[in-house]
Amino acid sequence: MRSRKRQRLWLVSLVVILLGGAAALAVTAFEENIVFFRSPSDIAEGKAEIGRLIRIGGLVEEGSVKRTAGSSEISFSLTDGGASVAVIYNGILPDLFREAQGVVAQGRLQTDGSFLAVEVLAKHDESYMPPEVAEALKKSGYWQENNAEEGMKGHTK
Amino acid sequence: MIAEIGHFALIAAFVLAAVQMSFPLYGAHRGDIGLMDLAKTTALAQFALVLLSFAALVNAFVTSDFSVLNVIQNSHSDKPLLYKISGAWGNHEGSLLLWVLILTLFGAMVASFGRNLPPQLRARTLAIQGMIAFGFIAFMLFTSNPFERVLVPPANGQGLNPLLQDPGLAFHPPFLYFGYVGLSISFSFAVAALIEGKVDAAWARWVRPWTLAAWCGLSVGIGLGSWWAYYELGWGGFWFWDPVENASFIPWLFATALLHSAIVVEKRDALKSWTILLAILAFSMSLLGTFLVRSGVLTSVHAFATDPERGVFILLLLVIAIGGSLTLFAIRAPSLQPGGLFRPISREGGLLLNNLFLSVAALTVLLGTLYPLFLDVLEAGKVSVGPPYFNATFGPLMVPILAAMVVGPLLSWKRGDILSALSTLWFAGTVALAAIAITLIYSGVDGILPAIGVGAAAWIIIGSCMELAERVKLFQSSAADTWRRLRQTPRSVYGMTIAHLGVGVLLAGVIGTTAFKTESVQNMKIGQSVAVSNYTFTLDNVVSLQGPNYVAERAVFVITEGDSLIASVNAERRRYPVEQDMTTEAGIHTTWLADLYAVIGEGSRSAGWTTRLYKNPLTPWIWFGTIIMAIGGLVSLSDRRLRIGAPSNSRKKAVSSRPIPAGAQ
Repeated sequence: MRSRKRQRLWLVSLVVILLGGAAALAVTAFEENIVFFRSPSDIAEGKAEIGRLIRIGGLVEEGSVKRTAGSSEISFSLTDGGASVAVIYNGILPDLFREAQGVVAQGRLQTDGSFLAVEVLAKHDESYMPPEVAEALKKSGYWQENNAEEGMKGHTK
Repeated sequence: MIAEIGHFALIAAFVLAAVQMSFPLYGAHRGDIGLMDLAKTTALAQFALVLLSFAALVNAFVTSDFSVLNVIQNSHSDKPLLYKISGAWGNHEGSLLLWVLILTLFGAMVASFGRNLPPQLRARTLAIQGMIAFGFIAFMLFTSNPFERVLVPPANGQGLNPLLQDPGLAFHPPFLYFGYVGLSISFSFAVAALIEGKVDAAWARWVRPWTLAAWCGLSVGIGLGSWWAYYELGWGGFWFWDPVENASFIPWLFATALLHSAIVVEKRDALKSWTILLAILAFSMSLLGTFLVRSGVLTSVHAFATDPERGVFILLLLVIAIGGSLTLFAIRAPSLQPGGLFRPISREGGLLLNNLFLSVAALTVLLGTLYPLFLDVLEAGKVSVGPPYFNATFGPLMVPILAAMVVGPLLSWKRGDILSALSTLWFAGTVALAAIAITLIYSGVDGILPAIGVGAAAWIIIGSCMELAERVKLFQSSAADTWRRLRQTPRSVYGMTIAHLGVGVLLAGVIGTTAFKTESVQNMKIGQSVAVSNYTFTLDNVVSLQGPNYVAERAVFVITEGDSLIASVNAERRRYPVEQDMTTEAGIHTTWLADLYAVIGEGSRSAGWTTRLYKNPLTPWIWFGTIIMAIGGLVSLSDRRLRIGAPSNSRKKAVSSRPIPAGAQ
């Protein structure tokens, strides 16, 4: 019977150590790697940290998309109706990237106020509006109800 | 008319599920053989009815019956036949029907192959299956009917999301669901055992093949999904730690743990309540995954609120299934007989280590997946949890398992000798350490984790082979003796060696792709060349072409290494006029050691095109590794002792050790 107790003791200690270690890992990883969502208005109000990985979302301002000739660099403005942010991105935009379309960009805010994106996300659906963008637009009073809750179809990835 | 037959068949299956979940359970309680055997009949009939219903839906898609709403929303008469068929499960309602079809298929398999099962265990297992089927068919009939008609059929349909029009994704859901839903059998067995209050070696022997089959399906399904994401999304990656991917990965981790702990129950009669708990958790995570993907909460908790009917229904099913089974577990587990003792350093100890680390790793993935939802519900801000979190938690947690998985099989049961096990593996250990050192010194890659990964891959691949060599005394004994030992080694052992080898190959692929890839993004005009690592990509031409239901812009890249021509690959951007959607098709040339990968973006002849070029070292090994793992599972499944209709000698033993106590409980 003593050995059964001993077995239980080392089992329980192993589980406690493992769970403690995993919790510590998870907490540190969360602290360092959580990506907050900020709207262009948040950024204008200085609520976003410079240099940290964040997500911003809004509508691509019409006429703002500029491609540098002979380079893969693209710049455009994202707006939530209240404020807008200049975004610079080097790479292939998602297939459904259009002007006046809601997109989310992940990247870092630069000291000059522009946003250097490492990733631009637009869902594969015409009528889809990223929920964060919808919320940001609602907040700034720029929201049209009719393009809202469409686009739940075909969310595969 | 045929659609109505499908609908009625589904209703009939619903009624049968109600019968199956009640009478046999009562029969098992009373020891009434007639009532218990009812489960067999209903399970088979239910499968036949759901199959008929599924056939009716596929028929509606193939014949483009646009009086069915589901067909209108997800099909088009111009679509190739394969995608008309796969369109049947490429949508919410149809995929649920596939889910239920596989559920009833497993029920029918238990009914027809489980002749050796004690009648009570079989009746109870099938009754639990009946409950799950009842819940899901109700969900379909009341909230997501695939056969809903429209009064005025339109001339044509809206088409299927072009991303889904792909061979990889056509077969991804059936495999994935085979795995997801296959775990329901382990769950039902576990709950039935809890009702009986008895878990023994025979129980583990019945559960293992089902878990193994489900695990193989899940592995292939996840692999197909990852392969699809790799060539179709054009980001050059194979795994994004996307919530939908995690939803399938978490059950896989628990199923892997379950496979290993069931061995301990079978061989040593230990870890019984833990194994039961794993069986419950594995299927619960499948249900949670179904909820996450099907309710819309992942896109936004607000989307969930706008269509609450479906979400609340699945959430309710989730609460009943998980809450009910865990409550039963809490009541019954303490009364399970504790099994054999073992020392920390032993085969059991090794398997337990595997279990604990896999489960904790699964929990950290679950935490990262649900965390943004929690914050959103609490209105505490919008966040996303990306790959860095998962790499920082999941990666370190995998290191001990990967190190231990080679040593474990060399330890003996009860009390093992780790020094002798390690001395057997001296060669693998030396190579692994050398690989780590070389990677750290020469590769110039940041961080120690990639180097450890390279070492672990070498350790597992060489160590697994050495373990088998040791077992058959290769070069230590005569060739005839080795041959005899080779023939006498059970298939389950070969299965293990193959599956472990697969893990090593997969790991090498993952490390190669994530830590050592070369990426280049630029603007290219026709004739221009770009160097990527030791290869040169030249944009040879860009042409327009017409597909069956799309138009494409195709870029032809010629790849050279030094002066020699390696390959020419085609990268496409396809436009689907019906769906008003675009897709990207990456151009990939694969050698055994690397993938050369090209994607084309927007552009024109005068301005040039944006291109993304990659050299992804060892990426093909990810798919090879997955296939090798699944083959290992199948080889193990073919072991005589694990065959679904368990062998006759164990049947005699099992039956005699489980007399039917009339009215006992």
